[in-house]
Amino acid sequence: MFETLSHLALQQYWWVIVSLLGALLVFLMFVQGGQTLIYTIGKTESERTILVNTLGRKWEFTFTTLVTFGGAFFASFPLFYSTSFGGAYWVWMIILFAFVIQAIAYEFRSRPNNFFGARTYEMFLFINGLLGTVLIGTAVGTFFTGSNFVVNSMNQSEWATPFYGLEAALNFHNLSLGLTVFFLARVLGLLYFLNSTNHPEIDSRARKHLIYNTIPFLVFFLTFVIWLLVRDGFAVDADGVVSMESFKYWHNLLAMPVVLLIFLLGVLAVLFGIGSELLKQTRKGIWFSGAGTVLTVLSLFFLAGFNGTSFYPSSYDLQSSLTIQNSSSSHFTLTAMSYVSLFVPFVVAYIWYVWKAINNRPIDEEEMNSDDLHVY
Amino acid sequence: MLESIDYTLINWSRAQFALTAMFHWIFVPLTLGLGFIVAFMETIYVKTGKEEWKRITKFWMKLFGINFAIGVATGIILEFEFGTNWSNYSWFVGDIFGAPLAIEGIMAFFLESTFIAVMFFGWGKVSKRFHLTATWLTAVGANLSALWILVANAWMQNPVGMKFNPETARNEMVNFWDVLFSGTAVSKFLHTTTSGFVLAAVFVVGISSWFLLKNRHQLFAKRSIIVASTFGIVASIILIGTGDSSAKDVAKYQPMKFAAMESVFEGKTNVPLIAVGLFGESPDENINKNSKEDFLFKVEVPGMLSFLAFSDFNAFVPGIKDLVLGNEKHGIMSFKEKIKRGYEAQQILKAFKAAKGVDEVEYQRLKAHFDDPVWVDNYFRYFGYGNYYSPDPTQLEENAFKIVPPISMTFYAFHIMVILGGHFLLLFILMLFLTIKGKIENMRWVLVIALWTIPLAYIASQAGWIVAEVGRQPWVIQDLMPTMTAVSKIDSASVMLTFWLFAVTFVGLAIAEIRIMIKQISIGPKEGGK
Repeated sequence: MFETLSHLALQQYWWVIVSLLGALLVFLMFVQGGQTLIYTIGKTESERTILVNTLGRKWEFTFTTLVTFGGAFFASFPLFYSTSFGGAYWVWMIILFAFVIQAIAYEFRSRPNNFFGARTYEMFLFINGLLGTVLIGTAVGTFFTGSNFVVNSMNQSEWATPFYGLEAALNFHNLSLGLTVFFLARVLGLLYFLNSTNHPEIDSRARKHLIYNTIPFLVFFLTFVIWLLVRDGFAVDADGVVSMESFKYWHNLLAMPVVLLIFLLGVLAVLFGIGSELLKQTRKGIWFSGAGTVLTVLSLFFLAGFNGTSFYPSSYDLQSSLTIQNSSSSHFTLTAMSYVSLFVPFVVAYIWYVWKAINNRPIDEEEMNSDDLHVY
Repeated sequence: MLESIDYTLINWSRAQFALTAMFHWIFVPLTLGLGFIVAFMETIYVKTGKEEWKRITKFWMKLFGINFAIGVATGIILEFEFGTNWSNYSWFVGDIFGAPLAIEGIMAFFLESTFIAVMFFGWGKVSKRFHLTATWLTAVGANLSALWILVANAWMQNPVGMKFNPETARNEMVNFWDVLFSGTAVSKFLHTTTSGFVLAAVFVVGISSWFLLKNRHQLFAKRSIIVASTFGIVASIILIGTGDSSAKDVAKYQPMKFAAMESVFEGKTNVPLIAVGLFGESPDENINKNSKEDFLFKVEVPGMLSFLAFSDFNAFVPGIKDLVLGNEKHGIMSFKEKIKRGYEAQQILKAFKAAKGVDEVEYQRLKAHFDDPVWVDNYFRYFGYGNYYSPDPTQLEENAFKIVPPISMTFYAFHIMVILGGHFLLLFILMLFLTIKGKIENMRWVLVIALWTIPLAYIASQAGWIVAEVGRQPWVIQDLMPTMTAVSKIDSASVMLTFWLFAVTFVGLAIAEIRIMIKQISIGPKEGGK
C-alpha cells in the first residue's frame, strides 16, 4: 500500500513520525526534569530513594525514545543526520555525554562498593536533567533560526564556524527554547511525582514548586513563541530555491489551520494540567500536561517542516538549507520503513499493558523496603 | 590525491570509534548470552516450583542488570558517532544503514526495555508465567537489537541490494531482503550472537567455579554450571560452524582480509593453515612487491587453508601480492587496475555533476553510465579505489600497497580467537562431565582454569572484532568507500578532546562496574543452599 504513495507523501508521512517521536521525547523528559528536583523535593534519604525509584522505572523509555528518534531521523532524513551531527559536533557530543552518565546512574547509585558514591550518581542525574533538556531544546531551536553549514553537490557537508555547534547556545532565541524545555520538564516531573508517589511531604513540596517552575516556563515559552511568529523564516519555492520570508512561521500557522488548532489545544491542555493540580489536587495533571506537550511540540515541528519551509536551514549559505524533500531517503527505503512503522501501535499497546500490570499503585516507603523487588 | 588527506583527523576519529566500539563490546556479549541463561534457569523454576531455582535465577539476573546498564550507556554513543565522526559515510550509506537502525529502535529496543522492567520490578506483581515470558522476551529483544546493527555491518563488508544514484551521490536500497538475508549478514549475526552466548557461559561457569573453590553455595554453583556448560556446548558448536561459513564469505568477498588473516603473501594451491605462528620481522613494514612472510616458527596443517576457504584441498588461495599486482593465470585483477577503473568512475561522477544544468545532452549521456549494469560491474564497483590514483606508475603501485590491512594484527587476532574458541568448547565438555559425575569439587585445578578463562573469553571476543574491522581496512564499505573519505570534516583537536573525554569516562565507569560486580558476586545468592 505504501508503494503507491508519491515520494513527497512518504516524506511527509515520515516527517509526521519523526515529529511525533520528538514530541513524545519532550513529554518523556519529565524524567530529566524530575532528576533536577531530587534534592529540592526529597529532604530525607528515604524520600530521595522514592523519587529516584519512581523516575528509575521510566528513564529507559525516555532513553529508548531518544535513541529511536535519532534512528528514525537518520533513516528518513539522512542528510540532516550527516550534516547536523557531523557539524554541530560539540552540541551533540555534550548531549551524548549527558545521556551516557544517566544510563548507569540509576543502576549503580545504591549498589555497595560503587566507587564514586551515591552523591556522584545523583549529580550525574542532575547534569543529565539540566544539559539534556537545555541543549536538546537549543538544538531544535536552530530548526527555526538556522545554522552555519554548507552542503556540496555530492551532499557532503562542512560546518562554517570553528565552534562546531556551540554557537547555537549563544543565540538567545535558541536558548529561550532550551530553557522552555528545561522548565517544562521540571513542571512535568513535578506532576509525575504527584501522580506516581504516595507520600504527604513529597506532595506538598511538589505543589509548591509547581508554581515556582510554571512561571519561568511561561515566560520563556511566550518569549520563544512570540519571537518565532514575528521573525523572518526560511521559505522554499517549488524549484527548491530558499529565500527569507517575513513572518514566515506566522504565515505557516495561518496556512495550516489544523496546526494552529493542534497548537492551541496543546497549550491549553498543558495549562489545564498544571491548573488542575494546583486548584483541585487531582493527581491526573501529568496526563493533561503530557498530552498537551505532545500536541504543542508536534505543531512546532509541523511549522518547521511543512508549507514550503526548510526544517534545517543554513543561515550561512541559504541554498544549502535542508528540506524534507532534499534530505530524505529514497522512495524504496521510505516505503520499506513505512511498513515497519505499522508496528508502532502494537509497541505502544504492549508498553501500556505491561505498565498497567506492574505499576498499579503509587510508590511508597513500604514498597522501597520490600525484599522481592529491584530497588535503585 | 592522498597528499591532501588529514591523517591526524582520520586516525583520531578511528581511535575514538575503536575505543567506544570495543568498550561497548565488553558488555554486550554478556547481555546477549546471560539473558538466555537466566531464562533457562527461570523456566526450570517455573516448571519445578523449587525456590532454590528462583534464588539462582535472581542472582544471575542481578548481574545481568548491572551489566545491561553500561551496555545501554555505551550503545547510544555508537549511534551518534556514525553522524558526528563519519558524516560523509552516513550520507553515502544512510539510505541503507538508516532503515535497520530505525527498525532496531522500534522493534528491538522497546521490547528489551519494556520487558526488562517486568524482570526487575514484576516479581510478585504479575503471574509466574507472565514474568517468565518477560524474561524470555528480554533475551530475544537483546538479540534482536544486535541483529540490525550486524546486518548493517555485514552490508559494509559485502554491499548488496543497492544501486548508486548519481543525483544524490549515494547508494540507494533496491532490495531489502538481499540486505537482510545476504550470506554475510546471516553468518555474522549467528557468529556474533553465539560468541556472546559462549562468553556468558564461560562467565557463569567461571564464577560458579569460584564459589566451589571457596566452598560456598555448592548446590547453586553446580546447578549453574550444568545449565551454562550445556548452553556453552551447543553455542560453541554453532559458533564454530558459523565461523567456518564466515571464513568462506571472507575468502570470497574480502580476499585481502583473508590473505592477511593467514599472512599469505604468495598465492598457492593446496595452502596449509597456520595453526600457531610467530612473526620474525613485522610483515607490515613497507610492503612492496618483494615482501614475503617471515615466521620465527609456525605449526601448519597441510592443505587446510584451501579447504577452509573453498572446501577443496587443492583450491588456489590468492596472496597479498596476487591481489595488489594481479595474477592473470588465476584471473585476479590487480589493485592497480581497480584503482584506474575506480578513478574513471569518480571522474564520470564529477563530470556528471558539472554538466548538471549546463549541458543537458552530456548530462544524460553521463547519467546513462550509472544505469548500465556492465559499466557498474566493471567500473563503479571499484569506485573507492579511485582515491588511490596517481598518474605516475611507480606511485600508483606504492599506493596500491596501501590497500593492505595491518597484517600482524589481523593474523594474531584471528589465531587468538580460533585457539581460545577451541579451549572454551573443551572446558564446557569437561565441566559438564565432571559435574554430572559428582567429581567437580575435587578437581581444583579445573576450577582454577575455569575461573581464569573468564578474561580469556573477553579477549577472544574482542579479537574477533579486530579481525573483522582491522582486517577490512582501509575500507569502510568494501571497495566503495575508504575510511579516509568517510570522516566528518571537523578539526582534529575536537576529536582528540572527545577521545580523551571518552577514555576517562570509560575508565571510571569500568572501575565502578567491576567493583560493583565483584561485590555482588562475593555477597552471593541470598540464603544460598549449602
